[in-house]
Amino acid sequence: MANQNIEQNTEIELQTEHKKPSPLKDFYKRLKKNKAALIGFYTIVFLSIVSIVGPFLLKMDPSDVDVINKFSRPSTEHWFGTDHMGRDIFTRIVYGMKYTLGVGFGSVFLGAIMGVPLGIVAGYYGGRIDNFIMRLIDILLAFPGILLALAIVSILGGSLVNVTIAVAIYAIPGFARIVRGSTLAAKKLEYVDAIRALGSSDFRIIFKHILPNVSSPVIVNATLYIASAILTAAGLSFLGMGAQPPMPEWGAMLNDGRDYIFDAGYIAFFPGMAIVIVVLAFNIFGDGLRDALDPKLKN
Amino acid sequence: MSQKELLKVKNLKQYFPIKGGILGRTVNNVKAVDDISFTVHEGETVSVVGESGCGKSTTGRAILRLDNPTDGTVEFDGINLLDLNKKEMRKMRKDMQIIFQDPYASLNPRQTVRETLREAMAIQGVVPKEERADRIAELLETVGLQPYHADRYPHEFSGGQRQRIGIARALSVDPKLIVCDEAVSALDVSIQAQVLNLLKKFQKEMNLTYLFISHDLGVVRHISDRVIVMYLGKIVEVGDKKSIFENPQHPYTKALLSAIPVPDPDHDKDRIFLQGDVPSPIDPPTGCRFHTRCPFATERCKEETPELRSTGYMAEGHQGACHYMELIESGEHQPTRETSKVRQLSEEPERV
Repeated sequence: MANQNIEQNTEIELQTEHKKPSPLKDFYKRLKKNKAALIGFYTIVFLSIVSIVGPFLLKMDPSDVDVINKFSRPSTEHWFGTDHMGRDIFTRIVYGMKYTLGVGFGSVFLGAIMGVPLGIVAGYYGGRIDNFIMRLIDILLAFPGILLALAIVSILGGSLVNVTIAVAIYAIPGFARIVRGSTLAAKKLEYVDAIRALGSSDFRIIFKHILPNVSSPVIVNATLYIASAILTAAGLSFLGMGAQPPMPEWGAMLNDGRDYIFDAGYIAFFPGMAIVIVVLAFNIFGDGLRDALDPKLKN
Repeated sequence: MSQKELLKVKNLKQYFPIKGGILGRTVNNVKAVDDISFTVHEGETVSVVGESGCGKSTTGRAILRLDNPTDGTVEFDGINLLDLNKKEMRKMRKDMQIIFQDPYASLNPRQTVRETLREAMAIQGVVPKEERADRIAELLETVGLQPYHADRYPHEFSGGQRQRIGIARALSVDPKLIVCDEAVSALDVSIQAQVLNLLKKFQKEMNLTYLFISHDLGVVRHISDRVIVMYLGKIVEVGDKKSIFENPQHPYTKALLSAIPVPDPDHDKDRIFLQGDVPSPIDPPTGCRFHTRCPFATERCKEETPELRSTGYMAEGHQGACHYMELIESGEHQPTRETSKVRQLSEEPERV
């Protein structure tokens, strides 16, 4: 009896072996092949942790004004120096990280939520609906990104939330176009026809059979877009349209340092460097992700 | 045939518009299927044959309304499918299923076999939820797989096994009609025979009706009761298997049949090599569509479109669409152009 049980157990184990490896493990395995992407990935993870944990570890407040110590050069006390009001730049960068990442993720998330359904509907139903949606998208796409964002922020008023919305609107066309293309390809698949022949509703076809095919390009596009969203948001804050003082937003800090760039270059240098690192991390990670998620490169 | 008419296709047309210009207006149409009519009786296997691009697959897809036909009627069990709205059509789909050519593309790679079959049953609500697991096991066994295969993904199966899963999916909703769209073309010959015999077995057991779309005449000969020969969107000849294979009347059918390989190296090749290419279905030839390649074509063929008709010496239900069937048969009408009976090495003519 016991023997039989063991036999049954081994049979079950044999069966589970046939299951697909967990998608996350599989994904990590493939990402590992691309060293640059892996560095980007770890940088993003590290920065995300810093943005959450960092503020609890720092003694100083990002808005603490210390007029006596203003314009002090980077030292053991002030790692990145202090700005024109004596605020510690390192503290401000650590605190500002969450705004930067928040704008990046938030705007891309919002953009995807609006762009993906538009693209799927356009691609799946085709015809007039497709024409209508895609012409709207074309109009949106015709504006240069920063100009569109500027226009939206000037209507909504300058704040970080409005910058997020503006950048999200600018992100819609990218998502809609990519998703439409993938949907056009996915709806021609034979198994989609088979499901249609079984009498499935459009809803089920879209959610169960088309969306999974569309998700890889969406994820890649989102990652790459986070980088440009961060840049646009920083640009808007630099122009004074985004984060308002004394918020330690990196773009705004660049603007603070602008007047002293020849005498105290480090005020602008460190926030600028931070932007570069984050954007670069997302870009190389996004490129690696594209390779890792491409089903054609599987195995 | 005294049996009930299950499927009646009348004047079916399927045009695909070609859009052009900035406004995306329809500039022209690809006339993939142009005015065809035929009937399929319950429990029989009707094959549709023809070379690629002649509209056989399109016919199958149009009947199932996977594409929306331009014109005509498709009566299934007395109901015109083209009049139904989306919701009514969804219910009707239970009775008609399709098996696709490519077993690699016709299963969702992200779903296990169990999920695929369960979804099929859930969509039509054919089997109560509690019984679905048993039904899945039963279906897999009927198509020659094991119940424990249910938790595997499509990529873990061979082509033949996948095609069996495709068949199991089609059978899961208890259909009356199955359109087999080149269902065995992608399989190698030994597997083809297995799958064909499986299909034949199900036909007997479940009184299934097949519309068998194929370009493989050997397969067609094996499985069909009746055969429809198509050329460039039109039916050129229709009849029971025996009359089509033994007494072909249309010059195109003759050329097609002469292309069946004979397993005898010394066999005197009495093959008819047609000249030229298949004309474009965008702008098909006037009159008889075959006149550009037909060895017997005359001026009349360019002007008058031949209708499907029967002559005195043809078996019942055997019809051809050629003006000169009788005259060719009696030898009075001789070929009007050269057909190279021997393949030339310098210029290899188009084979059919």
